[in-house]
Amino acid sequence: MRYSLTPAVAYPFLRILRQRRFLFNRWTVGTLLVAALIATPLVAVVALALTPSDDVWQHLVETVLGKYVLTTLHLVLGVGLGTMVIGTGTAWLVTICRFPGRAVFNWALLLPLAVPAYLLAFVITDQLEYAGTVQSLLRATFGWKNRQDYWFPEIRSLGGAILVMTLVLYPYVYLLARAAFLEQSVCVLEVSRTLGHGPWRSFFSVALPLARPAIVIGVTLAAMEALNDLGTVEFFAVNTFTAGIYDVWLNMNSRSGAAQLASVMMVFVIALIAAERLARRGQRYYHTSTKYQALPSYRLHGIKGACAFVICLALVALGFLLPASVLATYAAEFYTDTLSTNYVRYVWNSLSLSALAAFAAVSLGLFMAYGVRLNGGFVVRAATHFASIGYAVPGAILAIGVIFPLGALDQLIDAISRTTFSTPTGLLFSGTIVAIVYGYTVRFLALSYGTLEASLSKVTPNMDGAARTLGHGPAATLRRVHFPLVRGSLLTAGLLVFVDCMKELPLTLILRPFNYDTLATFVFQYASDELLEESALAALTIVAAGIVPVILLSLNIVRSRPGHALEITKEPVS
Amino acid sequence: MSGGLHVNNLSHAYDGLPIVSGVSVFVAPGEVVCLLGPSGCGKTTLLRVAAGLEVLQRGQIHIGERIVADGVGGMHVPPENRGIGLMFQDYALFPHLNVFENIVFGLPEPNPERIRWVDQALEQMDLTACRQSYPHTLSGGQQQRVALLRAMAPEPRVLFLDEPFSGLDTTRRARVREQTLQLLKETGVATLMVTHDPDEAMFMADRILVMNDGRVVQDGAPVEIYFEPVNGFVTALLGPVNRFDGTVEDGHVVTPLGTFDANGIDNGTVVQILIRPDGIRLTLPATPPPSDSGDAPRKLALAASKSGNSSVTPVFRVVSARPLGRSSHVVITGHNPSGSEILIEARVPGVFLPEPGCEITVSVNAREAYVFAAD
Repeated sequence: MRYSLTPAVAYPFLRILRQRRFLFNRWTVGTLLVAALIATPLVAVVALALTPSDDVWQHLVETVLGKYVLTTLHLVLGVGLGTMVIGTGTAWLVTICRFPGRAVFNWALLLPLAVPAYLLAFVITDQLEYAGTVQSLLRATFGWKNRQDYWFPEIRSLGGAILVMTLVLYPYVYLLARAAFLEQSVCVLEVSRTLGHGPWRSFFSVALPLARPAIVIGVTLAAMEALNDLGTVEFFAVNTFTAGIYDVWLNMNSRSGAAQLASVMMVFVIALIAAERLARRGQRYYHTSTKYQALPSYRLHGIKGACAFVICLALVALGFLLPASVLATYAAEFYTDTLSTNYVRYVWNSLSLSALAAFAAVSLGLFMAYGVRLNGGFVVRAATHFASIGYAVPGAILAIGVIFPLGALDQLIDAISRTTFSTPTGLLFSGTIVAIVYGYTVRFLALSYGTLEASLSKVTPNMDGAARTLGHGPAATLRRVHFPLVRGSLLTAGLLVFVDCMKELPLTLILRPFNYDTLATFVFQYASDELLEESALAALTIVAAGIVPVILLSLNIVRSRPGHALEITKEPVS
Repeated sequence: MSGGLHVNNLSHAYDGLPIVSGVSVFVAPGEVVCLLGPSGCGKTTLLRVAAGLEVLQRGQIHIGERIVADGVGGMHVPPENRGIGLMFQDYALFPHLNVFENIVFGLPEPNPERIRWVDQALEQMDLTACRQSYPHTLSGGQQQRVALLRAMAPEPRVLFLDEPFSGLDTTRRARVREQTLQLLKETGVATLMVTHDPDEAMFMADRILVMNDGRVVQDGAPVEIYFEPVNGFVTALLGPVNRFDGTVEDGHVVTPLGTFDANGIDNGTVVQILIRPDGIRLTLPATPPPSDSGDAPRKLALAASKSGNSSVTPVFRVVSARPLGRSSHVVITGHNPSGSEILIEARVPGVFLPEPGCEITVSVNAREAYVFAAD
């Protein structure tokens, strides 16, 4: 008999944003243009795959294609499995269990992220080869004289590559699984325990299924990195697709052959993207509760605690402490050798390339994120989505996707210039650092876009409305309201892209101008020639740069409370 | 038409779902018009379309002498060029700017005359002390006033207020409302305000437009809306009611509280009768009811005789009585014509706290018993 009023509910913002579809045409066109620029290399690779094959292709099919497929499959599965077990296991240990050193391992387990796989490969090989520390020690201990006296595993193999990549890529899974465990309501775990399930059974029947989407995302990211890797597989002579593309390109000098390989490899990439997208979609349905408390802790005593400690320590030691200390030792001893090369020049090249790419990625990322905010239309959203899959495409493929359109553009400009001004322009883009910066931007745009989109989404749409009704247009609103509000994220995004570019190898190797070296290509070439000591200072510089995002993430972990999920789109490691 | 806001026959839909259907609003300069309705009735959408935050789909909007949006030609003047001010429900103060910077954000250039106005307004709104403070350090009431000043600083021709007081606690509301109204009246801006709170609308508005399901159901002065609601929806929107069902017989309808005139509704029609708690007078039987109060209370004996069982006088008993300060909330039981028991709420001025269980005499002002055909 009483009519009661319900309090007003906040407005349906999303619907309202979607409604502005045809309003900001300049921004829409601009956003679509940027998206097209970023998507061009991806489209180029697909287009190349559809062009008729030639003799090289026939040759590849008859000789190495089968091997590439199998090796790549093994590598991806091996790294996927390894990172899944290690990443999930360590995440569970540090979030749910209490054991000595847990607080330190909480962030220290991220440290291997700072080491590119190829650097760990160089260092481990250096230590494990016949003349290395380990075998020398064994011979001295057991009195073995030579190779015939004992068996020792060969690190320069597919197994070795899987091991090395697992050791530096597991933090992806660790980070996401850890966040997922923290997000889980403590209640579901306690319910499980009150229903008579022990810690192990609770883990497998409740915690693991709830964290599954996050783990799948982490594993696919790690697998994408494994697919992208060139330094390790070249050094270990493991015939993956990336290694194959590089060899066909540089050694057989066949662009179309490389393009054909790249297009076959896209099958792997698309499978991984699909797996990741499905998992991301699934993630939405796995949030259980908004109430969080401190997670229950299983105290690990005696031998169990010691085991947990040793496992975590071994991972940090192998993935970070060992390479860092070996490189530091060599650098201290041989730094004059490095300095006598063009070290300063390489540092400058790395810094300038990375800074340019970071600037481009952040500017375009902000432009795109704001464009989507102004115009939530389907076309714009789809275009930006497509443009941001660059992170999933291996550098070697992207390099090919970059060089073909830029080469065509160069020829066009050259031809026009010849006919109109009778002066050839030569290679304006494809043989210059423009190509590298373009490639970096395409590959790492998702990193900056994701960071900025997350940051912009925290600014309520009413801010836009307030600025607009106060007489400011979209551009002025961006400059006076959004820019100051997301400034911190702009810096973070720029830093993440910058560091990833510092470590990047395959794209740089393929796209660099003649006689142009960065720190990464320099170390790769020296180490390949068994000159690791002489390039150790350069390698150490790369690791030092790689520490920066790890520190950012660690601070995030220390600050983050349950319920405040870490915002991870894609993390460095090239 | 000169000045003010004209919204002509505006319709708006999301994904084919109509939100606003053919609504027209006129706000004259210096006038405060309130859109009152439950959440989801389309009032906020109407406001956002009028402000230009959303593109008009059908209808026409004039601000001053200028057409700013026309559904026919797809004409749309963006919000920044409409010369309007909008105060958001969540205030949307810029967190990176201090109070003064927020307020002058909309001024095209530093204008000494407007700056003087801002300083004066800050003084008037008791905000001078927090001129340099950042929004997160302010109380809700202070934030509300800053948002209002920010919207008014560029001298808009039309001011939109979206649930301007909903974020404030009840003790603050009265004072802030008063300050707001005073400022609006001083500047003479045409104001369109959206609210779901009837008290707020009654206090602020020169005219109230009650909306339901995307349509205006009643348009009138606050007193008119309150005392002459056109249907059950409007009556119930303006406050709690006791609701009874009945059927018209001989031009009358019988309720537990008596028999009322059916206002010309056809015999046999199913009707609902709505009576506000403050329309019910309660008296303890020991003290005889005031005989000539002027509003002709219906004696319950009349109801009894009309319904045919003259020998039985309906008995009302007190269930509970609670003091509310200046009035008392009393729940009593009565009986439906069918004989079943029913709870009735009454609001009595002053402290009136009869013992639960005691018998009580009830009378209703016939003008405050609203009879409408059932939906």
